[in-house]
Amino acid sequence: MAQHNGMVEKRGAGLWLTHLGLIIGVAFIFFPIWLAFVASTVEQQDIVRPPMPLLPGDQFFENYSRALTSGVNAPVARMLVNSGVMALGIALGKIVISLLSAFAIVYFRFPLRKVFFWLIFLTLMLPVEVRIVPTYEVAANFGMLNSYSGLIFPLIASATATFLFRQFFMTVPDELAEAARVDGARPMRFFLDILLPMSRTNIAALFVILFIYGWNQYLWPLLITTDPEMNTIVMGIKQMFPSGDDIADWPVIMATSILAMVPPIIVVIGMQRLFIRGLVESEK
Amino acid sequence: MEKRVTFKGIWLPILLVFPQILITAVFFFYPAGQAIWQSLFIPDPFGLSMQFVGLGNFEFLLSDPYYRASFATTAVFSSLVTIVSMAVALYLAVLAERLIKGSGTYRTLLIWPYAVAPAVAGVLWLFMFNTRVGVVTWYLGLLGYDWNHVLNEGEAMGLVVVASAWGRISYNFLFFLAGLQAIPKSVIEAAAIDGARFWTRFRTIVFPLLSPTTFFLLVVNIIYAFFETFGVIHTITSGGPQQATTILVYKVYADGFVGQDLGSSAAQSVILLVVVSILTVVQFKFIERRVHY
Repeated sequence: MAQHNGMVEKRGAGLWLTHLGLIIGVAFIFFPIWLAFVASTVEQQDIVRPPMPLLPGDQFFENYSRALTSGVNAPVARMLVNSGVMALGIALGKIVISLLSAFAIVYFRFPLRKVFFWLIFLTLMLPVEVRIVPTYEVAANFGMLNSYSGLIFPLIASATATFLFRQFFMTVPDELAEAARVDGARPMRFFLDILLPMSRTNIAALFVILFIYGWNQYLWPLLITTDPEMNTIVMGIKQMFPSGDDIADWPVIMATSILAMVPPIIVVIGMQRLFIRGLVESEK
Repeated sequence: MEKRVTFKGIWLPILLVFPQILITAVFFFYPAGQAIWQSLFIPDPFGLSMQFVGLGNFEFLLSDPYYRASFATTAVFSSLVTIVSMAVALYLAVLAERLIKGSGTYRTLLIWPYAVAPAVAGVLWLFMFNTRVGVVTWYLGLLGYDWNHVLNEGEAMGLVVVASAWGRISYNFLFFLAGLQAIPKSVIEAAAIDGARFWTRFRTIVFPLLSPTTFFLLVVNIIYAFFETFGVIHTITSGGPQQATTILVYKVYADGFVGQDLGSSAAQSVILLVVVSILTVVQFKFIERRVHY
């Protein structure tokens, strides 16, 4: 008895049950996305007379080209560009300012160093959602509404990235800095020639996480982009629903939803190893 | 922890931290200070001047039945999201860990909803449960169940919980799987040799050894449910029906931007600030993983 049920490695019926359980889980995860994909390939008529089909139709090119070129309020191609600029701006911006400040905090002794460290630390406690109205006012006063700088800068300070780099720099052997100093290398030479190349993997892993973070922002773009031409795709989908009793253009909305998922999914799957590493490290 | 070898210079490091400090000051501390300041005033009806009311906004909020209801809603919502997403993720991680071959494939298949934005997840689930065209709604109708989350408060809550938990399963799955893989096989095999069955082993050995992961996920999932689910709520229910899904973050937005009640919205921001601070302190005190200072 104990032999059969108690073995750590399952075989036979147990193995199949394990697979079955996992397949049910995968199906639960996939079903909403599959349905959205199907809806993006059929005609409006197929959807508004339920039940809609569960297999893709033949309207793939029509729906996607209609979404990309005209959309509902603005062409989705335009919204994809906006999202791309925002996500790249946030990811690269966070990485650059965090690398610089972590370098300063680890490799220098200067007045107010501890104060700066704690100021950065405290930002962990201030997500945008908590300070939306005043942050919006600041952005408005700077004339940043409906602009890329307004989409990017307020979200660019990141305690997490700074701590990650700080932690990594602490593990870099002191001999390297020592040698650089003996050679008379200036600090920035050391930073660019030694520290930066050593941080490559960390930078890439963090990039994956931050790109997705930036791409998936919702509340902030909703507040500061009133011009449909500046909408990001993730926040633009909701704007495609008509107000009142009109029927939503489901095929185009669902095509847009699929388009909104594709870039971050490519990044996650394509850089899976780095992604998992970045996720686990940034939460440490 | 301090570096033994450092570079000389005062102006260079200050220049290096300057960009981050500047952005932090302008977009974090100044707005947070503004929120605290504004929470002490109420604007007159014409918006021309501000009247100092001290803690009046807070007193009003804490006695406001809508605000209290929003607190209760947030508690229910975040507990449900946390429990549902962690339970499903743990179940899948335990199964995947049992496989010798193929767990990598399942991991690939299960992680990518992490990339789906909460707002997009909201639209997907809204589409399935749409009262007119939703597929699930239609099949439920066949079974004689009349689904209408637009009118039914419980159904609205159920829908936003499932949509929020769905996207979060990947994240929890990854951490649970890593946690399970870190448990020494020898411990589990020893128990198996002693005749402990799977469920006994799980209850007495695996789950207790997994508790650091579980606790960590508990805290980050609560933070997620509090602050990052705005997109789900906004796309699916807009806080309705009758504020049944108005969580605290949604209420700050609704009162501040839609209702233009700045004093109240600022006071709510300050209360949320306290909530995040507590959660962050808990995260550090008990988990002590993100920073070692």
